[in-house]
Parts: sequence; structure tokens; C-alpha cells
Amino acid sequence: MVTTRHNNAMRVAAVDRRAALLGLKAGLALADARARVPDIDAHEHQPEADQALLAHVADWCDRYTPVVAEDLPDGLTLEISGSTHLFGGEAALMADLRGRLKGFGLSVRTVIASTTDCARTLARFGGQGLVARGEEKRACASLPVGALQLDQDRMVALRRAGLARIADLAERPRKPLAARFGVDMIERLSGILGEVDRPLSPRRPIPEFSAEQRFADPIGLAEDIGAAFDALSRDLCETLEKYGKGGRRFEAVFFRADGATRRIQALSGRPLRDRTALKRLFTTRLEALADPLDPGFGFDMIRLSAFGMEAAAPAQVHFEREHAEEEAVADLIDRLTARYGPAAVECFLPEESHVPERAARHVPAISAMPWKSGWPEALPGEPPLRPLLMLCPAQLVETVAMVPDGPPLRFRWRRVLHEIARAEGPERIAPEWWRKEPGQTRDYYRVEDTQGHRFWLFRCGLYGREAGEIRWYIHGLFA
Amino acid sequence: MDARRHIHALRKVIDAVQPAVPASAESRFALGANGPDRALGGGLQRGALHEIIAAGQPDAAAAAGFCAGLCISATRRAPGAGARAPAAARRHGVVWIRQVYGEMESGKLYPHGLREMGMPPGRLIHIRLKDATEILRAGMEAIGCKALGAVVVEIPGSPKILDLTATRRLSLAAEKSGVPLFLLRICPQAEGSAATTRWQIRSAPSRALEANAPGLAAFDITLLRHRAGPAGQRWRLEWDRDAQLFREPALSRPVVSLSPDRPAASSGKEEWRRAG
Repeated sequence: MVTTRHNNAMRVAAVDRRAALLGLKAGLALADARARVPDIDAHEHQPEADQALLAHVADWCDRYTPVVAEDLPDGLTLEISGSTHLFGGEAALMADLRGRLKGFGLSVRTVIASTTDCARTLARFGGQGLVARGEEKRACASLPVGALQLDQDRMVALRRAGLARIADLAERPRKPLAARFGVDMIERLSGILGEVDRPLSPRRPIPEFSAEQRFADPIGLAEDIGAAFDALSRDLCETLEKYGKGGRRFEAVFFRADGATRRIQALSGRPLRDRTALKRLFTTRLEALADPLDPGFGFDMIRLSAFGMEAAAPAQVHFEREHAEEEAVADLIDRLTARYGPAAVECFLPEESHVPERAARHVPAISAMPWKSGWPEALPGEPPLRPLLMLCPAQLVETVAMVPDGPPLRFRWRRVLHEIARAEGPERIAPEWWRKEPGQTRDYYRVEDTQGHRFWLFRCGLYGREAGEIRWYIHGLFA
Repeated sequence: MDARRHIHALRKVIDAVQPAVPASAESRFALGANGPDRALGGGLQRGALHEIIAAGQPDAAAAAGFCAGLCISATRRAPGAGARAPAAARRHGVVWIRQVYGEMESGKLYPHGLREMGMPPGRLIHIRLKDATEILRAGMEAIGCKALGAVVVEIPGSPKILDLTATRRLSLAAEKSGVPLFLLRICPQAEGSAATTRWQIRSAPSRALEANAPGLAAFDITLLRHRAGPAGQRWRLEWDRDAQLFREPALSRPVVSLSPDRPAASSGKEEWRRAG
């Protein structure tokens, strides 16, 4: 028995079969239930746990079709058109699903019908089984009007009008009904009767292409999984080739025999449909997993799907080496990204800004085409004017400098005193006034100390012209 | 008879340990400066591990700059070769692997700084990882890719994992792919290494430009170790970005760089320099 708090009183929310046999039912106060059956086993209702279980079952249901929608609080809707042949027909699929879910200790009610509403209403209020197309009206006729799930007022109104079953409503003209009970009631009614169909909103994006393999005996050995994966990637890549597409995102779903599912995703920087590259990508990804793939008692199904389709030119042998080399580098980026994550493998893109730390952007290499980006050319004949290494954020230094805008004479950084031998500056960089916190004007100096180390220092603020304290920072190190 | 067999067996062992040195020009790239190039027999070997050591923490930027210069030298096109440049020079991608922790100490790679050194930042794939184990692993993965121009593996300090075996492994992988691998290390303790060459880098005072402005990047380099030749020489080099090579500056007093559109200055004490 499960209890919930309702209006500050503990009430029974749901009962199992044995409690029902004892005469308990939902809605009863907990005190009353205890009075009737003193040693009843009562648990507090945990909606989150229910939802998690439903999500888990939904993940598991992925084995039947990728289109699984949640029907809260306790239902799932599967779109099975197109996948029934894999199980030997609708009836066989339903038997398989029921059998397996019962094996997990769940009690289920299943209905297959040609429209979403009809199936879910029948499962909740009617019985179970298969409803053929055109049979909806007959199957639903005996359901109570409660199946429409209207609010209390309208339910009372229906009962007062003497309309107790769906059949009473089905034959009546719809317009007066709509005027009396609202348009949404008519929509629900026609949904239940199979006259209109409502599209499902699946929990996960539906893959555009996928390949799957089922195993009569669950497999658990690494070699077996590898061989199965080979076959799947070959199938998938052949399909992709046929349609002239390549995927940017791939997902492998491993269905374990005991109902657990594991999803592993891998990204690619370019539309991919090369079998060996795909295999290598997933091998790297699997090696890098923090919690490795656990086959438990074995996997009984593996599915490999491709998302994010882009057109890809048909594979051909390239005679220019340039192209092959670009491919090899892209491949390397994919593998490194699969292992260390997109944030760790980056490249640089230029930005339109004079503020040094904003003048370049670090972006994941997998999502960018860095070699196509245009960087300004360095001025010929000049020494390097920007540091090779930049300190982010700039670090405060103590300096002795000429006031108001002379170069520093010496400065102390990390407790080491640097005597300056050469200096050039200032290069004045004004703050970006259109920003919320533009900061102050900076005067940058390239300086070299007596040891030959070169630094990039700046003074933040102008004497007498900008408010606030004048400070010196070190922003970078030259080679 | 027995002795001959012994010698044959020993030869085999030596052959297995010692990497075969291919002699073709394509397997080397020149630094540009006469002294080091002569000492190296025409330049640094491409498919090999070269260790670049910053003498101290303040020299980290100099060592990184020297590394960047080597990467550019390894990927530069021979002048006038155009589209028929040797295959090795056409590969220009550079992978630079750094430790996130090291960035706090010595700063982040700044793309505009790379550009100022002469390397288009678009060529660089920058990888930032947590620890030395990951860095070595990523380095192995990257050096296996024959399409790259160079790989830089930067490791601060002396982690235990970076031992003779690890460097040998990197060295063999570099030899197999023909890509130069630069192991950039910031103040390590002396230890065994399978690197073909090992360099110590210090910042050197630059030759001042007009108005006492800091000049081109200057390095004080020591060839600590060289597997196929003498070691221990020391040079002072400058990186000339426009020519994309290292140069030995004149050893006499600092001179002012000559410019075709300005009169040659003699004192180096001008008040002004046209910059930018």
C-alpha cells in the first residue's frame, strides 16, 4: 500500500492486489485503513521514484521502436508501425513485451490500436488486446464517460444528462455536445473513437538511420561485441552511402538482458560514413569511459544510430594527397575528442576586438574549420608585438615607473625583481565603452629585463584622467 | 666460427636498438643558422624525438618560442618549390598538447603571439589535459598521424611516468610516422631519455632596435645531447619570422637592424622608433 499526503491527511494512494482483496482501496484515510488492517505495510508515495522507473522502462522499450513517448504518470506509448515484422507480428510483439515486463515483476496492461488516444484510453479504462483498424468504436463503446478524463463539473453534467458510456455519446450529433461540454471534450471523444490521430512526442530524438542486431543468446565477450559492432557499422555505413549522407553524431545503445540500457555517443567533426573510422571512434570512446561498459549477463540487442545528417560526397579514391591528409587530421581530432571531450581539443578563431584577451576565441576543434579562418598578417620587419604566452587573468606587479606615462624602470613579479634594460611603448588600448563593464584604458609596454626575458606589461588607468587607482599588470611573456 | 656468429647476433641487437638513420634530405629540416645545422649534419631529423628544456621557469616562454620556431621550420615550404614541395613540407598541421595546470604557472598559448612568431594559428590543434599520463597518451595518438607537420608535447616538471620507456615509445612512434616530435619540458630533473637530441633553452638579451626597443626573439641554446654526433656546443640564435628561420646574430656589439628605407644608424640611441 502506498500513501500520500492530501489536504494535510495521509490517504491511501494505491494498493496492491493483496491489499485490494482485504477491502482497501485508494482514497481511504490511512487511519481508517489501519483500523481495518492493523499490520498493513504502508509506504510513502515517491513520485520521483515512479518517474525514474517509468523512464527506465521507457529506455528499455527502445528495443521495440525508437519512438517511445511517456504518458505520465504511469503509461508509455510506443509507435510500432514498421517494427512489428521484427517480432513476427503485432500479437507476438505484444506477447513478448508483456512477458518480459512481467519477468521484471511489473504488472502491465497493453493495447495495440491504430490511434494513440484509443490505445491509451483502452489500456487505462478497458482491457487489453488488439484493436483492428475500424474496430475502435466497437471496442470503446462500453467504456464509461470517465475515460474522457474531464473535470468534475462536466462529469457531473454528463451523468445528469444520463450519458454514462462512450456509446451514448458516439452516435449523438457533435455540435450540440461541443456547445454544452466544450470543444476539447469532442476532440478527446474523436481521438478515442479513432477518428483523428494525435502525433506522439517521443522522449528522444529519432535517429534518421540506424542498424540493430538482436541475439538469441545474450553476448558478453569483448570479441563478440566487437564483431557485432563491425557488422552494425558496416550495415549503417552502407545505408548512409546509399543515401549519400554522413552523420555528425552517432549513438550506440546496448540493451542488457536484465533490462538495463547503456547509451554511448560519439561526435564527428565532419559528416562521417567510413566504417573503419566509425569503429575506431567508438573503440576510443569505449576505452575512455570512466565506468566501463558492463555486460552483466550479456547484451541481447545492440543498436547503432546516426544523427545530424549532412550530405557527403560519395566515397572515392582521392589521388591528391592533400585531401587524404586533411581527412587523417579530422580523424585524429575525432578520436581525441572522443577520448578527452570536446572542450579539451580546441582550435583558435579570430575575433574582432582590440582587447587582447578578447581578440581570439578557443572553440572545440570538432565544430570548427580553423584553417578557413582569416588571421591578420604580422607586420614584416617588426619584432613580435604580441606575447606567445598570455597570463589569464593578468597578474598584478609592483613597478617603479615614470609618471604619468613613462615605461617602467623595474618591476617585481612573483617576488623576483626584474631590472628593465629595454622598453617600448605605450601601445594604448582603449576600453570597449559599449560593454557593461568596459574597464579602463590600458597602456601596454614591451619590456626586456637584464637577463633577456621579455614581458608584456600594462598600466591600467591614466593619471589625472581616469578615476581609480593606477595599477600595473603583467599580461604576457614573449619568446 | 662461434665468434662470427656472436658478432652477427650482436649486430642484430644493435640494429634493433639503434634507429636506422635515413640519409635523404627530406628526412631533415634545417634550422637556418649555420652553427647548429652543421653540428646536426644538415638539420634536425624529422621522424624523431627532440627534447627542448627550459632552463628555469622564467625561460618557459623562450622554450615555447624555440619550439614554435622548430615547428615552423619543420613545416615551411622550400622557397620556389610551390606545389611541387616535398610531401613532408606540405603537411602543416601542428598538435600542441599542454597541461591545464601548467597554464596557471606560465600562461596560455596566445594565438596572436603564435601569429607574430610566424605560425598561422589556424594550423594549430591545441589540446589541454589534466595530467602527464593523459598527455603522453594523447601524444602517442597524435604522433601516429602521418598527416601532421609536427607534434609538441609539453610537460612541466618531472612526473614519474615520463621515464626512459615512455620516451623510447614516443621516439619509436615518431620514427614510424616520420613526424617530428618535440618534447617541451619546463625545468625537469636530469634523467634518462631516448631523445635523439636534447636542447637547453635560455632567454637571451635581444639586439635592441631604434629607441632601445626590445628586438627579435633571442635564445641562448645548448645542445646537451646528440645521438649521432658531438654535443655540448652553445649558440645564440635569433628567430627571424619573415624569413622563417633561425639566425646567428653578429657576435660583436649590438647593432641596429639595417633597413632599406632608412639610413643605417650607428649609435642605437635614437629617441623614436616607428612601430606598428
